[in-house]
Amino acid sequence: MINFQYARAADVADAVRQMAADPSAKFIAGGTNLIDLMKEDVERPSRLIDITRLPLKAVEQTPAGGVRIGALVPNSDLAYHPLIEQRYPLLASAILAGASAQLRNMASAGGNLLQRTRCYYFYDIATPCNKREPGSGCSAINGLNRIHAILGASEACIATHPSDMCVALAALDAEVHVAGPGEARTIAFADFHRLPGDTPQFDTNLQQGEIVTAVELPPQGFAAHYTYLKIRDRLSYAFALVSVAAALEFDGAAIKEARLALGGVAHKPWRNMAVEATLRGQTADQAAFARAADELLRDAKGYEHNSFKIDLARRGIVRALTQAAQGRPQSQAVKRIM
Amino acid sequence: MPRTHTSQPAPHPVLSRLPGRAGRKTPDKLSVALTVNGVAAQLKVAPWTTLLDALRDHLDLTGTKKGCDHGQCGACTVLVDGRRIVSCLTFAVMNDGAEVTTIEGLAANGALHPLQQAFIDHDAFQCGYCTPGQICSAAGLIAEGKARSADEIRELMSGNICRCGAYPNIIAAIEQAMRRS
Ligand SMILES: Cc1cc2nc3c(=O)[nH]c(=O)nc-3n(C[C@H](O)[C@H](O)[C@H](O)COP(=O)(O)OP(=O)(O)OC[C@H]3O[C@@H](n4cnc5c(N)ncnc54)[C@H](O)[C@@H]3O)c2cc1C
Ligand code: SF4
Ligand code: FES
Ligand code: FES
Repeated sequence: MINFQYARAADVADAVRQMAADPSAKFIAGGTNLIDLMKEDVERPSRLIDITRLPLKAVEQTPAGGVRIGALVPNSDLAYHPLIEQRYPLLASAILAGASAQLRNMASAGGNLLQRTRCYYFYDIATPCNKREPGSGCSAINGLNRIHAILGASEACIATHPSDMCVALAALDAEVHVAGPGEARTIAFADFHRLPGDTPQFDTNLQQGEIVTAVELPPQGFAAHYTYLKIRDRLSYAFALVSVAAALEFDGAAIKEARLALGGVAHKPWRNMAVEATLRGQTADQAAFARAADELLRDAKGYEHNSFKIDLARRGIVRALTQAAQGRPQSQAVKRIM
Repeated sequence: MPRTHTSQPAPHPVLSRLPGRAGRKTPDKLSVALTVNGVAAQLKVAPWTTLLDALRDHLDLTGTKKGCDHGQCGACTVLVDGRRIVSCLTFAVMNDGAEVTTIEGLAANGALHPLQQAFIDHDAFQCGYCTPGQICSAAGLIAEGKARSADEIRELMSGNICRCGAYPNIIAAIEQAMRRS
């Protein structure tokens, strides 16, 4: 690890000021991703600005009927918060599918959004990687790419975003509140993470110096019909190969609204609103779900070692929509997939 | 563990080419106040000293183990302000003012903690390297009160890897301690 200075932020304005004064600094929250990457020399901040003492730890109802989650709420507190358990069980389930109990106790909501890819080459500073060192090349495209993207990738980078929580937040149409040197602003979740294009060094559309202050959920929580289905190499404590967040709302037997977000398949949680729209008005049957899955994966492209993900995603989507329709969400403790 | 010592041998073939490495001033050591197993401790540490290294190397509390040093094994699990965390992925300075409980602090008044006794009763270890982390993690699990079944214990203990594969006995030991708590 390269040496660095350490300072604590007194409040959000102070955190922003400190970052403006030293653009090669980094905020540190839970530390579970940043410290790992610093030990690998992938991240080399000149200074850590410790934001853990900022008053961004509340989960509270908004006047609009939604819920506002402070950026420093630990993942475990969020998953077990009564408002989340009862009204947004999809979010609770996705969080509990990720990492371990210890890590969830440490990890913050903001840090979870900004965690970086688990691409092996990104982690290995002896290999070329456009995300770590722009212009150096992508080692994964013709290398070991079993965990990599099948949707939205580019010639420059085929990495995936590894978060589970973000897949649920995408499905729920959350918003991200940020503060920075300019005006405080709100970013729709779909616009928060980005596709790699030819600038894979940027994971998100956050501007230099900006800090995430909160994540806001709209009122609609899909608590009756949802599931988070995570498929991985071992049953717990492993990143998703493919994960599916599905949420449905019914009008009698017909689907009134459908949400479908995929993890482990792209540089961002993957949604396709057009496919969701085609499910509206349909009855919840396997044929409709299979058509939606085919449509969503129409442009999917596999690489040498990850083509299996296309079929895995197709079956995962059908299974997840079935679980959601039946009101039988995947248990995150009993791993049998029903 | 920190690769930033004052006297470095030959420049590293890769690291030395990385931008931003040259010309960094070595930062001052920082004061950190911790209460460890009920005892107040005042430390002077470099910013990059993890809580794990502070416990082991500065306070000689070597019960907490370093397995992977990357959050992947749980051997370094301790309780910070009553919550289980992995001490390898947090810097000591970030924990200024915190109360830390390690495996050395679980036994009270000379009597083993119920989890320690249960691990003995159920033969819940072989080499024992993962055990301090398993026991601290289980103490956190019981305090959280979210696990009711063996499946839930297994899931919520998945952050603690046992290379010897003592899992069935670990689960049995935790179930015993849970029944008695
Ligand atoms: C062994 C292991 C297994 C894991 N498994 C999973 C898994 O299965 N699923 C999953 O989803 N995740 C998993 N994770 C990742 C984990 O969820 C993330 O590391 C965690 O959410 C990051 O949050 P943090 O608060 O610790 O972030 P930090 O490490 O503190 O920060 C991460 C990044 O975010 C920036 N940042 C933090 N807060 C803010 C803010 N408020 N505003 C702006 N920037 C900010 C930091 O500067 C840094 O760049 C795993 C991690 C480990 C180590
Ligand atoms: S996939 Fe992206 S992160 Fe991985 S080596 Fe290629 S450029 Fe780097
Ligand atoms: S040493 Fe901390 S988790 Fe392995
Ligand atoms: S007892 Fe040997 S690693 Fe668990």
